[in-house]
Amino acid sequence: MKNNILVIGGGPAGLEASAVLSRMGYNVILAEKEKRLGGHLAKWDRLFPDQTPAKEVLDGLLDGIKDVKCFTETDVNSINLLDRSFNAMLSNGITILADAVLLASGFDMFKAEKKEEYGYGIYDGVMTNADMEQVFREGKTFSPAPKAIGFVHCVGSRDEKAGNPACSKVCCATAVKQAIETKELYPEANVYCFYMDLRMFGRHYEDLYLRAQKAGIRFIRGRVSEVAETSEGRLLVKAEDTLSSRPVKVTLDRLVLMAGMRPSEAGHKVGRQLNLSVEEDGFFSSRDGFLSLQKSKLPGLFYAGACTGPKTLPDTFHEARSAAMEIDRYIKENFRK
Amino acid sequence: MIDFGFSFSPSSRINLDKADKEKFLSLAALEPDVLKCMACGSCSASCTAGAFEDTSVRKAILSLQNGLSDDAVKLLNHCMLCGKCTMVCPRGINTRHLILSIQKIYGK
Repeated sequence: MKNNILVIGGGPAGLEASAVLSRMGYNVILAEKEKRLGGHLAKWDRLFPDQTPAKEVLDGLLDGIKDVKCFTETDVNSINLLDRSFNAMLSNGITILADAVLLASGFDMFKAEKKEEYGYGIYDGVMTNADMEQVFREGKTFSPAPKAIGFVHCVGSRDEKAGNPACSKVCCATAVKQAIETKELYPEANVYCFYMDLRMFGRHYEDLYLRAQKAGIRFIRGRVSEVAETSEGRLLVKAEDTLSSRPVKVTLDRLVLMAGMRPSEAGHKVGRQLNLSVEEDGFFSSRDGFLSLQKSKLPGLFYAGACTGPKTLPDTFHEARSAAMEIDRYIKENFRK
Repeated sequence: MIDFGFSFSPSSRINLDKADKEKFLSLAALEPDVLKCMACGSCSASCTAGAFEDTSVRKAILSLQNGLSDDAVKLLNHCMLCGKCTMVCPRGINTRHLILSIQKIYGK
């Protein structure tokens, strides 16, 4: 008998875990709320640190789920734990009895309009990292060619007042990558990165930083404090250059905000029904922080990816694969005696 | 002018719109490594002159990026070209050579 495994979320974590579980011989059912599979990856153009096309990675993931039953545009309307299996009712009317559930609900982007002082949704020139990826993906260009573009790190990250004291981990590398891509498109433009700390922790990330420096991108250590529109419709940006301890101002044509990661609302909806505990940061809490990272406090309910905190894609894939192994072990120990 | 009994203080704000990028680009063409500084401060920490006078390669590079070339030149005035900063720079910037080029392009 093939055991049913329900995977909630069709982003990178859900797709990779589904592929591994389906190769192991399980009957995998995947529920994704959006029309398309791939989560945020499907909306991205190129990936740090080496500018691999996001589509290449997504296609690779989709290749692995040929035997998975995928339901897109499908919410989990209700889910509860019966004797030892989960009963889930999907919004498409299908009811699933699953012996294990993988929650891969990922993250929502921080709503940049909450940082009102940056003017997202108020000034035309202000956009987010996701907007910028869409511009790149659609091959659009700005006209007239911008003379100056700025990138603001840590928008809604490391910001207690915005409700997110944590670092979102991926924004530094994303900002540096997008700054390089912008400079490649507009070599004459002055490109600025406003950062508090540069957290280039991963393999090849530091190379990316050096590449940006060599391309002439100016890194200003300081958080942008306010943005105003000039009479010509450009953006007057103020910050402190903390390295020289002096306030600084610059007029830009575009300002790109690196919106951070917040726990997904759809994930919380599932979590509330199963009484899953979340930590102060809003992300789900694993059974412990070292040996049982993929386990929830509920037997048979597992986590993978950014639902337990901001993660890079490689981190997410590691978690997806280890969650699949944990699920396999759980099924063998509990259902095949 | 009528004396009202008060004066304006000049703004300390750096205006990047007015920073001279042409000269900095010509410096970067001659010394591409100037772009590699990550402001770690090793140069200033090891600076022999810096213990007595305001001398710092890090600050000088920053001043040039901010268009404050007079400040930059001043920050290197007491340099004795001992080369300790070149030894400690983790990005391998030939700071000694850079200092000479800065004097050449920006010095009076």
